[in-house]
Amino acid sequence: MKNIIKYIFFVIIVVSYNSNSFGAENSAKLLNPGWSFKGFTGTFDRASLQRGYQVYTEVCAACHSMKYLSYRNLSEPGGPEFSEEQVKIIASQFEVIDGPNSDGDMYTRAARLSDNFVGPYANEQAARALNGGAYPPDMSVLVKARKGGADYIYSVLLGYGETPSGVTLDDGVYYNTYISGNKIKMANPLTEGLVQYSDGTSATEEQMAKDVVTFLAWAAEPHLEARHKIGFRAILYLIVITILVYFSMKKIWSRIETEV
Amino acid sequence: MSDNSYTPDSKIGKWFNDRLPLLTLSKHLQDYPTPKNLNYWWTFGGILTFCLITQIVTGLILAMHYVAHADMAFESVEHIMRNVNYGWLIRYVHANGASMFFLAVYIHIFRSLYYGSYKSPREIIWILGMIIYLLMMMAAFMGYVLPWGQMSFWGATVITNLFSAIPLFGESITTWLWGGYAVGNPTLTRFFSLHYLIPFLILGLVVLHIWALHVPGNNNPIGIDLKKPSKDTVPFHPYIVIKDLFALLIFLIIFAFFVFYSPNILGHADNYIEADPMVTPAHIVPEWYLLPFYAILRAVPDKLLGVIAMFAALFVLIILPWLDTSKVRSAIFRPLYKQFYWFLVADVLILGYMGAMPAEGWYLLVARVATAYYFIHFLIILPVLGQKEKTLDVPQSITEPVLGGSANQSLAKEQKK
Repeated sequence: MKNIIKYIFFVIIVVSYNSNSFGAENSAKLLNPGWSFKGFTGTFDRASLQRGYQVYTEVCAACHSMKYLSYRNLSEPGGPEFSEEQVKIIASQFEVIDGPNSDGDMYTRAARLSDNFVGPYANEQAARALNGGAYPPDMSVLVKARKGGADYIYSVLLGYGETPSGVTLDDGVYYNTYISGNKIKMANPLTEGLVQYSDGTSATEEQMAKDVVTFLAWAAEPHLEARHKIGFRAILYLIVITILVYFSMKKIWSRIETEV
Repeated sequence: MSDNSYTPDSKIGKWFNDRLPLLTLSKHLQDYPTPKNLNYWWTFGGILTFCLITQIVTGLILAMHYVAHADMAFESVEHIMRNVNYGWLIRYVHANGASMFFLAVYIHIFRSLYYGSYKSPREIIWILGMIIYLLMMMAAFMGYVLPWGQMSFWGATVITNLFSAIPLFGESITTWLWGGYAVGNPTLTRFFSLHYLIPFLILGLVVLHIWALHVPGNNNPIGIDLKKPSKDTVPFHPYIVIKDLFALLIFLIIFAFFVFYSPNILGHADNYIEADPMVTPAHIVPEWYLLPFYAILRAVPDKLLGVIAMFAALFVLIILPWLDTSKVRSAIFRPLYKQFYWFLVADVLILGYMGAMPAEGWYLLVARVATAYYFIHFLIILPVLGQKEKTLDVPQSITEPVLGGSANQSLAKEQKK
């Protein structure tokens, strides 16, 4: 058993060593509002996901696509869980190009559940042309694509402030405490009361940031709830069977030890 | 193999076994006499076999959904993560499985180093193991390229560019490797093809590795030759099977924590950004298990010499059975070697850490010292130590120290010579 403890200890060293090895480039400590989806049994806050979708679609979607998500995902278990009727209405507000039809022509139609989220720009070049050369990244996996994950995105959203003296910024560049290099081409996207939450939650900057980041965290990891649930059971099962095997092993080996 | 005389009980069994002696093989594997004092560091062979099978099975399923094309690879991985039933589970098991595989293989290798398992008569087992390790690194590297994220693309660029250091033919070789003038779609498709091939080569080598093991039998913590079968050995089944299973389950619990609770901690966030040849990431870092070699590569100021040093770091491992001149296997009886062993462990960990850090200033200096020490350990310390070291008395059998009987010292000394 001693060896096993040593071995577990070794694993912990390897892991901490690895996470250290990509140490922070930006020294500012990230903000953490306390996420419901962390921990062994963490789940998404359904209401927060729905509000987060509202913030995304009313604010972020003006510049940021989410091309790997489909409208149907919005009604799937473990997500915002809008009703299918609600999602059909949401989807129908977007137009997609389909075709060719039997006459060989392309045509536009209302989006359906099976369609991917419609993006704001036709292509990357169009996006850059309208954003001073910057390309607003696709947000489907953004939370996983940034070191610091949800905390990082949340911090950047709330990291706008006074430009410190001695820092000169070009036109269309903004100061942000948390982004690497402290310079960002996205203007502060959130101002108090920017969206009207239908559930009466007051739309403070912190609330909107928390909601939209929750939504983005789900978008990046849509099966997180299933993962936590299965993981909890799998590990419990493994622990139980390990104990059983341990005693079987002791019993089998007792034959040898008495012989010696 | 001593159990050729085995005949199955049933008639049909006998008929079959006379034509293809699978039952004899199975009997051999069950009865295989194994030292009874093996500790848990010896369970990693079984764990590694499990890792290989897991990688092959999950990889097989992933390949059914993955699209090896520069324009579609990233999207197809997201498709697996989102739309394929339990695709997220299969992919996370495969991705973390690679890390767990390397964790286990490093423990397996360092166990061998501590207990002198590479020494005569087990040199071929060791060399086969090193070839497996080399193939594992190739498979892991190519596998990391397949999601076609930023780290995939730039990692592939950095590593394939190493070959351009070769004089005269360097440029042509890299172009040939890429299938073009830069890392691109042809590179991705051939990496996928090779990534699919290599595990089966490894599987074949694993069979040889185990075959070669079953000729002299396992080494053991006190590193002595055993009479087999004897009081010092136990049949593989059920004694070793149940012990390996217990260790495997502990390993699986840790594996499961990674897969279910921090599936991306061992990866790099940049790999969730689709590959973009126009944007270079701030730090290009390989996966953790390649970092010590990466540190050696960058520690040498000259590109060609750096590449040579990196491959030499592997080569000294292959010729290790002839570098270590000591006749005593286990570090338990080699007080000096035991210390140098831990220095080497520390050295490799330091190299790994430096591999993740930018190659500049203080980091670079430490990486250089650690690189030098790595080679000094294998090329100078080990050969000299074998001649100079005063080893402790080695017991005659496993039961002897257990019984507390006085060791027959004169015989033990004779054995040492």
